[in-house]
Formats: sequence, structure tokens, C-alpha cells
Amino acid sequence: MIAYTVRRLVLALVTVWAISVLSFVIIQLPPGDFVDAYISRMSANGSAVSAEEAQSLRKLYGLDRPIYVQYAKWMSRVSEGDFGASMEWQRPVTEVIGDRLWLTMVVSVAAIVLTWGIALPIGVYSAVRQYSIGDYIFTFFGFIGLAVPNFLLALILMYFSFKLFDANVGGLFSAENQLAPWSWSKLVDLLKHLPLPAAILAVAGTAQLIRIMRANLLDELRKPYVVTARAKGLTETRVILKYPVRAALNPFASSIAYLFPYVVSGSIIVSLVLGLPTVGPLLLTSLIAQDMFLAGTIVLMLGVMTVIGTFLSDLLLMWIDPRIRHQVDG
Amino acid sequence: MTATRTGALAWLTPWRAPAGAPSAEERIAFATQFQLTWWRFRKHRLAVWSGIVVIVFYLLAVLADFVAYTDPHATDSRRSYIPPQAIHLLDDDGALRPWVHGLKGKRDLKTFKIVYTVDPDSKLYLRFFAEGYPYHLFDLVPTTTHLLGVANGNAEDGLYLLGTDLLGRDVWSRLAVATRISLFIGLAGVTVSLFLGVLLGGISGLYGGAVDTVIQRLIEIIRSIPTIPLWMGLAAALPNDWTTTQIYFAITVIISFIGWTDLARVVRGRFLSLRSEDFVTAAELAGASQMRIIFRHMLPSFLSHIIAATSLALPAMIISETSLSFLGLGLRPPAISWGILLQDAQNIQTLGIAPWLLISAVPVIIIILAFNFLGDGLRDAADPYG
Repeated sequence: MIAYTVRRLVLALVTVWAISVLSFVIIQLPPGDFVDAYISRMSANGSAVSAEEAQSLRKLYGLDRPIYVQYAKWMSRVSEGDFGASMEWQRPVTEVIGDRLWLTMVVSVAAIVLTWGIALPIGVYSAVRQYSIGDYIFTFFGFIGLAVPNFLLALILMYFSFKLFDANVGGLFSAENQLAPWSWSKLVDLLKHLPLPAAILAVAGTAQLIRIMRANLLDELRKPYVVTARAKGLTETRVILKYPVRAALNPFASSIAYLFPYVVSGSIIVSLVLGLPTVGPLLLTSLIAQDMFLAGTIVLMLGVMTVIGTFLSDLLLMWIDPRIRHQVDG
Repeated sequence: MTATRTGALAWLTPWRAPAGAPSAEERIAFATQFQLTWWRFRKHRLAVWSGIVVIVFYLLAVLADFVAYTDPHATDSRRSYIPPQAIHLLDDDGALRPWVHGLKGKRDLKTFKIVYTVDPDSKLYLRFFAEGYPYHLFDLVPTTTHLLGVANGNAEDGLYLLGTDLLGRDVWSRLAVATRISLFIGLAGVTVSLFLGVLLGGISGLYGGAVDTVIQRLIEIIRSIPTIPLWMGLAAALPNDWTTTQIYFAITVIISFIGWTDLARVVRGRFLSLRSEDFVTAAELAGASQMRIIFRHMLPSFLSHIIAATSLALPAMIISETSLSFLGLGLRPPAISWGILLQDAQNIQTLGIAPWLLISAVPVIIIILAFNFLGDGLRDAADPYG
């Protein structure tokens, strides 16, 4: 069990390192740097930036050093908790990001919880009542859920809520709470706004998980031990819930590891449509402005959060399924 | 799954075969792998129909300029946000002669702008194979014939089957051209990921050991990174002065970055399971070279699996391109793709004025569903002995 945990931890650390390099490389890819973008913006406004001024700006931000030096400097500061300053906003990156990262995670985790909460009972139902009308209905909606990209779903839902209820469903807070400090009423407000984006994000994952759960459980239900349990006279509910569902949960639980990065990804684009105060819109604007520290920090933090989430779900899987624990201990 | 299995096994019962004709058993024994797969696939109705839908879509894509009836780039600010037209099938005398109401320009006395509204008195008769704007069919044959047009007058003057956008461009014609770009960028993306997937998955499955471990960890790492921020970063890195073709190519490469991992897994899994098969051992003992074993003996038995995995990977590619272009990071106007069309429908104010812009979502959903069903059917059929 310890060996398994350590192996997953090492993999997680390597992944974090890969993410840090990737996020840094991506930001270095565009030809030109922040100063170029700054100069073109200034000249569009009619004011010129002299060559000396540009040079001193580059020196100030360390843009004149080789890339690996810039990376090393960036990483050493990051490890001290200093993520640098956003050049666009002229404020520390952590301050600009603020609550946005946590809100991204809140939305993503809510979506995962919802996915599980819906997929588990429906998957069990679809397997136990295979080829029933309910099964066909769920399969149909499952396919629709898989086929509609979640930003499209957000657009369509937004249109209908606008048309039918004349309400704007965007955002995570009501207008009066947007800038207010955290309080009980703000939290309640958040909980009220959370279900819609969470549901939109959950749709595709739910559709997938229902199919996985249904297939797994169908395989289990045909095994002889189920017949034995029934022959012993256990009630039908107990026969199904006690063993087959638990056994079918294993591949189900492992799929959560892939669900998490997927949902975090989706939350970025859905946030843009629904105008959620997550890191999504911020990432888009920072990438367009080539604000490298801000964009880099967002990609890095998102990646790290995702890796942590995946690691936790691995531990959860180990806790659910004794077979993994013992198999690894050998 | 079980139903198709038992259904597929039904023709295994030899005593049902009519006298004279070769028995079912004989037919199966002598059938090639391709025939077996095809028989199994044919049973999957939904997959067959989805396959037809996919073919129709790609035909439409190839003939995009022919299907369009007005120049998709032609703007006319006076005709912005014209709602979709109702097609009347029957003429006044009851004959089948489809027509639509024409438009009438009227000067708004407050703004002094010419505003086009539906003219209930005019009639435009629809015609197949009508004359329209000049284009090159398949980029080769210059022609002016289009699938649809109007009998009396120009299509540009009054035919707006799916309405127009802010700049007065015809949504139907733009959708036709967008279908071509979106479908082929998906195809190009899948080709690149197929190459990467088969190469790395093949190496991984063939050599095993340390190489396998490294490639598998690499796949795990790529899969545990949230991809959209990554694409956003990569796509934002594309220089602004690149041509449409360059961007098209770059976006293809970017979306293939994620696609290859799934394909590599399928290929590796197949390699591993086939390596221990008797016929591979037999070929080895017979002294066949490794290349011959792979291409002559192993490839035919996992080709169908690769085709199935490819058709399941395609919708993901199409969604990727659509999402990126929708964000404004993928293809950029004047290129036309589904994502770019949907970008116009991005905010609620526009949707309130012109809800028909959401029509661009319909082909996206249909083609993704079709590819999913087709892929499912192919995957079930891929293992004809199973």
C-alpha cells in the first residue's frame, strides 16, 4: 500500500514538473515578449516607447536572459511562494488571481460530485433493468450528453433561460455580492448559483460514467456468486448492492482520475460563456496580452490542483477497493 | 452488447442453411476477416445509418461551394439579421413549386437607413441547379451552377434560408463552407494522431520493458493535464501575421496532441494481446521476419480496431477545433468553421436578437452523434470471432 502511494506520488511530482516546464515553454513560444506587446499597445495609443526604455523594461523583467535562466529564476521564486507580478495589471499575480482559482476548483469539484451522484444510481438502474424503457431513455440522453460540447450546452441553456424566464443565468454571485468580502450570505449566494454551471460541466462525464457503470455491473451480475446470493434468499436489493455494485465500482472509481482534468478543462470554456469569476476568462485575456507570469501561474496552478485532485482520487480508489491495496502489497 | 452477440451468433446455426447453398458454417469458415467484420457491422442498424450520415456530411463538405448559393464572404450591412425564411412547398394553384417571400428595401425615416423586410407580395421560386456566384468545383472546374437558387432573379437578392448574421452574410452558405473546414480539420488532426499513436503505441507494445514504461508514463502525464488551458496557451502562441493555411496547419497539430494518447493505448493493447497468439508464434517459428509478422500477420487483425478507435477519436477532434475557434484562439476570420460561426452567437444579447445563429450547433451535434454510433458499431464488429 505504501509502495503504491509512493509510486503515485512520484508520478504526480513528475507530472507537476512537466506542467511547470510546459506552461513556461508555452508562454515563451509567441514571437516577441510582453515588452513588444506593450510597445505596440502604446504606439496604438499614439505614444512612442524609445529603444532604451524598452531595453530597461526588458532588464527589469529579466527578459534579456536566456530562457532556462528565466525558468530557473521563475521556479525558485515560485517555490518561495512568490509568483511574480502581472505586467498587465501591475499587481502581484496571486492578488490578481485571488479567489478565482478556488472558485474554479469549487465549480469543478461540484461538477464531479454531481457526476457521481447522478451516474451511480442511473448506472445501477440501467444495468439491473437492462433494455427497459428507462434504460433506453437514459441511454438516449447519455448519447446526447456526450455529443453536445459543454460550451454549446451553456449557450443553449442561457438562451432558453433568457427567453423563457427572462433571467440571466451567468455568474456565480448576485450583483450585490460580487465585490463584497466573504460572508455567510455570499456563501449562500454561491451555493444558489453553483448548480447550473456544475450541471453543465457534469453532463458529458455523467453520460460516460453511466455507460461504464452499466457495462461493469452487467458483467458482475452474470457471475455465479450473484446466483448463490440469490439462492441463499437475500433480498434483491441486498443481492445487488452488497457485492456486484461494490465490485463494479472499481473501474468506475479509476475513471475519476481522467474525469478531473477533463472537468477542469471544461470549466475554463464554460466560465467564458457563463461569465463565471473563475480563472478561465483571466487566462484568455492574459494569453492575448502575453502577460507571461500571470498566464504561466494560472496554467501551473490549474495543473497542480488537477494533479492533487487526481492523486486524492487514487487514494480514494485504494480505500474503496481492497483488491488494489493487497495486490500492490504483493 | 449481449443482444448483438446472440444476434450475430444466430447465423452460426448450420441446420438453418437452405439445401444447395453453402452452409452458414462453410461461409464463415471461408470468409475473410473483412467479410466477417462487415457482416457483424451490418447487423448494427444505428451504426449503419450513422455511417450513411457521415458519408452524406463529407459529400456536402466536398461540394460545399455547390451547396452554398451565395458567396459566404459577401457582406451587406443593410441585410443584417434577416430571420430564416419559411419555404412554401405548394404554389397557389396547388402544384408542387417551392417558393419563398422576397425582401423589400425600405428607408427608415428615423435613421435614414435602408432596412430590408419580408415582402409578402413577392414570390421567389426555388430552383435546383440554378446559376449563382462563380467558383471552382473541387478547386479545379470553374462553374456557376449551384444546388439551390431562385428561378426569377439572383439568389443574393432574396434567398436566406437560415437567415443572415450581423454583417448580412447568408448563414446557410457559411454553414456549408464551415462544414468543409471543420470536418477536414478533424480528419487531418486524426491522421496526425493516428501516425503518432500507431508509432508510439506500436513501439510501446512491441518492445515492452523500459521503453514501454516511459511511453506509458508519458501518456499518463499528458492525460492528467487539463488540456484546454494547454491548447489555449499553444494557440495563443501562434503569430498574428500567419496566413490562414499556416494557422489551419498549426491548429491541426495542436488538436492532435491529445488525440494520440487514446490511439496509442489501443494499438499497444492489441500488440500485447496478439504477441502471445498462436499464429504469431507459428510465424516466428517459420522464420518470418519481424516486419513480415507485423504487417502480414498482426496488422490485419487489429486494423479494424484502429479504424473503430479512429472514428471515436474524430468527434473529439471536431469538438476541439470548434471550442478553440469559439474562444477566438483557433482559426480566425475570414476562415469559416463551425467554431467561428458559433463565436457570433457567443453572447446573450446577440442570441436575443438573432437566435437562428445557434443553428450552427445542429450539424456539430449531428456529426458527433453519428461518429459515436459509427465508432461503437465498428468496435463491436472489430472482433468478429468474439
